[in-house]
Amino acid sequence: MALLEVKDLKVRVEEREILHGLTLTVNEGEVHAIMGPNGSGKSTLSHVIAGKPGYEVTDGQILFKGEDLLEMAPEERAAKGVFLAFQYPVEIPGVATMTFLRTALNAQRKARGESEYSTPDFLKKVREVSKSLNIPQDMLKRGVNVGFSGGEKKRNEVLQMALFEPSLCILDEMDSGLDIDALRIAADGVNALHSPKRAMVVITHYQRLLNYIVPDFVHVMSKGRVVKSGDKQLALELEESGYAQFEDAA
Amino acid sequence: MPAVQETVERVKRIDVDQYRYGFETLIESDKAPKGLSEETVKFISQKKNEPAWMLQWRLEAYRRWLTMTEPTWARVDYPKIDFQDLYYYAAPKPKKTVTSLDEIDPEILRTYEKLGIPLREVAMLEGVEPKVGEQDPARRKIAVDAVFDSVSVATTFKAELKKAGVIFMPISEAIREHPELVQKYLGSVVPTSDNFYATLNSAVFSDGSFVYVPPGVRCPMELSTYFRINERNTGQFERTLIIADKGSYVSYLEGCTAPQRDENQLHAAVVELVALDDAEIKYSTVQNWYPGNSEGKGGIYNFVTKRGDCRGNNSKISWTQVETGSAITWKYPSCILRGDNSRGEFYSIAISNGFQQVDSGTKMIHLGKNTSSRIISKGIAAGKSQNTYRGLVTAHRKATGARNFTACDSLLIGDKCGAHTVPYIEAKNSSATFEHEATTSKISEDVLFYCIQRGLSQEEAVGLVVNGFVKDVLQQLPMEFAVEAQKLISISLEGSVG
Repeated sequence: MALLEVKDLKVRVEEREILHGLTLTVNEGEVHAIMGPNGSGKSTLSHVIAGKPGYEVTDGQILFKGEDLLEMAPEERAAKGVFLAFQYPVEIPGVATMTFLRTALNAQRKARGESEYSTPDFLKKVREVSKSLNIPQDMLKRGVNVGFSGGEKKRNEVLQMALFEPSLCILDEMDSGLDIDALRIAADGVNALHSPKRAMVVITHYQRLLNYIVPDFVHVMSKGRVVKSGDKQLALELEESGYAQFEDAA
Repeated sequence: MPAVQETVERVKRIDVDQYRYGFETLIESDKAPKGLSEETVKFISQKKNEPAWMLQWRLEAYRRWLTMTEPTWARVDYPKIDFQDLYYYAAPKPKKTVTSLDEIDPEILRTYEKLGIPLREVAMLEGVEPKVGEQDPARRKIAVDAVFDSVSVATTFKAELKKAGVIFMPISEAIREHPELVQKYLGSVVPTSDNFYATLNSAVFSDGSFVYVPPGVRCPMELSTYFRINERNTGQFERTLIIADKGSYVSYLEGCTAPQRDENQLHAAVVELVALDDAEIKYSTVQNWYPGNSEGKGGIYNFVTKRGDCRGNNSKISWTQVETGSAITWKYPSCILRGDNSRGEFYSIAISNGFQQVDSGTKMIHLGKNTSSRIISKGIAAGKSQNTYRGLVTAHRKATGARNFTACDSLLIGDKCGAHTVPYIEAKNSSATFEHEATTSKISEDVLFYCIQRGLSQEEAVGLVVNGFVKDVLQQLPMEFAVEAQKLISISLEGSVG
């Protein structure tokens, strides 16, 4: 079943059009990779799906589970199951990671009309998940991402993904700033979340990440459009020949 | 439920103009005639059955006040106050002498219930005269000396404090019952000639709290006073005096709220703290006076003089304040570090929203040897407000080895507010070590979006980020206040974004 349908999406930032009619369909259980050079509109797409302010959709639509996503406030989208793992997760000084996780999780549950987690249930759940991701309890007591290494920040994103159990995970340049070991740990965390009901959209410059998170589909973006789609072979070809060949196609 | 979330829920239930504590109580008042004159001063003194020396003291202050002019150096702007157009004394008409809570006007008790002060509950649970050994030791006790308009209506826990030798009573009573203590200490930290508002207060103060902790005694409970302005056009002139004798300790909590109204109300309190050798005073405030409506109309003028004197060696005074209310705040809780090795602390959260103007900070005056002080100030400006930190750190010639650490952080929400930092630093000897750190930042869109992407609403996100920003100071508050303050912070920032 189609989870996410982006249809002929046109997006402006201030007076400049960034996406010029982008179409993309992601079904449940699928892993899609979106590749492309800097400025091709990859991050813009992820921001528009998540509802970041500052983008103006001038045409097209985005359906999520058949509903009009663009009509929903960003926090509603989160509660409905849209998760964006940030390229640069922010630091929130003075707010313990544990407090943040609990506040966010309960906000989402409440928005869905579910009961909030009790403290013991919540702690149990966090312990389970953080253990599987090799996240020390001590890290959860620190301020959100404050003083975290690049790897810790990304693991914290994966931890939230595991806790919130979204149906659509968008990973924006997850590999940026990570060494090989940190990348493997984060990718293993993501792979563990793979399920027939959940889809992943992996945004990346490099093929490297796709050795760890293997995509079902690869899309190449250039100048605000998807210019080529294929299977994981396409990523390997790109690695060989670069993006230049697509610049003209767009 | 975590406090942050509870905060957020409360915020949601409140509209901008529905100030939670904005209600009036229908009680007849016993008013002094409008305006200020020697007659007014005499009227107040007479109402309080004061001894002659007290009246003399007031009159001297009044005469001094006539020669003074209002200070204009603060970064606040307000129409000129007509001091002859105010009432200087209002008291709920006493039906008879109060010996138990049951005899208190039920209307007043209901007001306290609305404010969430469990006076009646406390009295019922603990008994007005608590019996020894019957109390649940797990329950942390707070003695409440409730000030309604200007007269203390009820004092609880008196008996237990008495057993410890602690004197905690309305200052009007202390003037009659402990004149030797009052005469010795009143005006010894904030002299009657100190400043325009303090002098005015000295002339017309109506009531307030008096605390004396005898040598070596650790006060068995947190002392707390709730102030409340209720009478239309009545300035509040509270006077508080706390003395911690040698080797004693006391923690005092003050919180206040005021009802909504259109006319501005003047509040000019004076608080004096005296810590003798090895004594410690911890004074915490949560200030939530009516800040004015969404157009900047109304609200309290809060012109307060608070000063502590570390008179003895090794003494310590710590101020913690959470300032969220008032249209205008002019307030600098200070420490005079007179005793050798004495220590002063100032922890402050000052939040301004709407059209509020805050000019607040502290003075650390190092006089003794090896004195130390610490200032942590967190200013948060939202809406169209102006928020100024003004601080003085000074080391006297003889204050060798004086040390100070100051950290002033300002957070801006939106682009129509202002944050200002005005630190004055003076070292008159070469062995003083003063450190000053200051930051100003804007609440970042990226941080807000991160929180919102994880399911928080805009207001929940702001509440969370701000509570994180002020965490260092919140931790200094006694437990009971920390939770209340956390709620208050989010409530006062409601409507500040989007």
